[in-house]
Amino acid sequence: MSDIHCPVTVDGQDVVTMAHGGGGRATARLLDSLFRPAFDNPWLERQHDGAVLDMAGAMAFTTDSYVVRPLFFPGSDIGAMAVHGTVNDLAMCGAEPQYLSAGFILEEGLPLTTLRQVIDSMASAARKAGVRIVTGDLKVVERGKADGLYINTAGVGRIVAADPVEPGQVRSGDRVLLSGDIGRHGIAVMAAREKLDLESAIESDCASIASPVLALLHEGIAVRCLRDLTRGGLASGLVEVAETAGLAARIQEADIPVREDVSAVCELLGLDPLHVANEGRFMAVVAPEDVDRALAILRCHRVSKAAVEIGRFQEGRAGQVTAESLIGGTRIVDRLSGEQLPRIC
Amino acid sequence: MKYRDEYRTPEAARAYAEAITRITTRPWTLMEVCGGQTNAIVRFGIDQLLPEEITLIHGPGCPVCVTPIDYIDKALEIAATPGVVLCTFGDMLRVPGTQSDLAAARARGADVRVVYSPLEALAVAREHPDCEVVFFAVGFETTAPANAMAVYQAEREGLVNFSVLVSQVLVPPAIRALLERPGNRIQGFLAAGHVCTVTGYGEYEPIADQYRVPIVVTGFEPLDILEGVYRCISQLEQGEHRVENQYSRAVRRPGNQLAQQVMETVFQVVPRQWRGMGGIPESGLGLSPEYRTFDAEARFGEVSDREEVVGECASGAVLRGEIRPDQCPAFGTRCTPEQPLGVTMVSEEGACAAYYRYRRHAGGPSDE
Repeated sequence: MSDIHCPVTVDGQDVVTMAHGGGGRATARLLDSLFRPAFDNPWLERQHDGAVLDMAGAMAFTTDSYVVRPLFFPGSDIGAMAVHGTVNDLAMCGAEPQYLSAGFILEEGLPLTTLRQVIDSMASAARKAGVRIVTGDLKVVERGKADGLYINTAGVGRIVAADPVEPGQVRSGDRVLLSGDIGRHGIAVMAAREKLDLESAIESDCASIASPVLALLHEGIAVRCLRDLTRGGLASGLVEVAETAGLAARIQEADIPVREDVSAVCELLGLDPLHVANEGRFMAVVAPEDVDRALAILRCHRVSKAAVEIGRFQEGRAGQVTAESLIGGTRIVDRLSGEQLPRIC
Repeated sequence: MKYRDEYRTPEAARAYAEAITRITTRPWTLMEVCGGQTNAIVRFGIDQLLPEEITLIHGPGCPVCVTPIDYIDKALEIAATPGVVLCTFGDMLRVPGTQSDLAAARARGADVRVVYSPLEALAVAREHPDCEVVFFAVGFETTAPANAMAVYQAEREGLVNFSVLVSQVLVPPAIRALLERPGNRIQGFLAAGHVCTVTGYGEYEPIADQYRVPIVVTGFEPLDILEGVYRCISQLEQGEHRVENQYSRAVRRPGNQLAQQVMETVFQVVPRQWRGMGGIPESGLGLSPEYRTFDAEARFGEVSDREEVVGECASGAVLRGEIRPDQCPAFGTRCTPEQPLGVTMVSEEGACAAYYRYRRHAGGPSDE
């Protein structure tokens, strides 16, 4: 995020007005002064109704909308999330993320300084992830109709995996690798939103996970399936893959890294870290003979340097995930029901 | 994490389990009172480590589960009143009233806010002097001091737009009620450690004496619960019935006297309806006469005191420890966390929800 020392103004205004969404001069000036310089690429320079892309072969295509309150939270913000989330979804398809679109719904009265910070954060995230934001849209809604701003991004990327990477490819005996500690993003956002006064600063893990994934594929690891562990957390990821694969899964709770401060907040609020959202974590299901090599590759990348093996898929009731508890008992791991609610006592 | 990880080591858990097996010569039935303990037992598989002679039955210690439906309906009615902000702990949101729940009321436009502490509700009242701010004060002795403190503060600050809908309950009268029930099977109790941090355990001594049951004040970590079971079984095997304190790192016999003082100042003991258990004398707290102006019932009308209508849901039997959640014919089929028949399937601390989350074994009655 760039340092902003003075308020951003367009046409003498320092907040988003309804005119900025009108499609006239104000819209053009907002795009020219904030969006185009930040995203800076030949497709946007052409100022066409859409981007013309030169592509060949199998492609992955995905979209996601981003709504988060507060817009900025420890470790990240809605802008970086909107890039990383879509980039990561492409990577999970076994694709190299290439192009994104970005649609913005802005609330009347949003400070342009805030908008600038979000856009700069998106631009920086896109640069780091090696993707271009080549087309977009902008609408303004009346004050009170949105939480500052909402972003939708869609993305396309070239498939680099030789074999399909999807839950249907998972076989009995395949191993589950986890790219690092879980729960930080969800707790960071919850703590910021609810103004929980925590002693330790828990920062979101929001990041692009494309590079370690691409490295696995380039090195010829037999990657059966990839899943980023966003809403619903590791638990949902495991259950969904197991259901589609028609297999059961078994994990060891003791092997799942959870940072001590994250774990402490979860204890206090009665949350299960396995259900808490992440924005820079994924699980990779790989053939058993490739586990050591895959872990070695993952550990070369900053975002997955703490990768570990946590369990395996096996014959059994489709979708049943069991965890061996820390004291040696077993329990079912299930999807979260409804929203995560803190408990009474 | 200090004070946690050392209570979760597998070697120590196995050693406790073996020690329990060694001293157990015949079948015993124990009840853990608190929903937090139930959750830990099911989540960590603690009961799987115990010899088959020992049956753990799950008690009524889930505050959400025992709150009568009439209070939920009252909270919904208050939330629907224009100009009212209803503040509540998160896990009350999904508890079904007769027609709806607070989450749905919020979706339809009611101002329902989740707070982490009753003092936050007080802050909402300060910020919105033009609104009536009502806090839904639910829970056992654990939540009572902070809830009492909110009322005490409101009175000192002269916050006239703040009130509380009180459905506070007390553990010892519930234990007595369970022991008085015909056909009672409970031979020993693991008392709720956190409740006793507030109240101490002097109150449990006459119960242990009168009913000749061992009561062990027990913590919430796996090793706490295993030690609680060990101590309880050890007393039973020797024909003893004392109150013991396993959770001595948090609990003292007199409890937290400052907390008790504020409770006694603001609240008085009243009879209460318990969902699943019916009316129990002297089992609840209501506002004392000096603080009655802060009673939401005084402002929005009294909660009706109807007999509970029992439908297909067997949560009453679950709360009384008469059946295990997975013995209910509706468990996991007609009753799931998404489509609950009763509160024990909704609350994080509810026994049915714990079984649903952690215990749906292949081929059981609980398949989707």
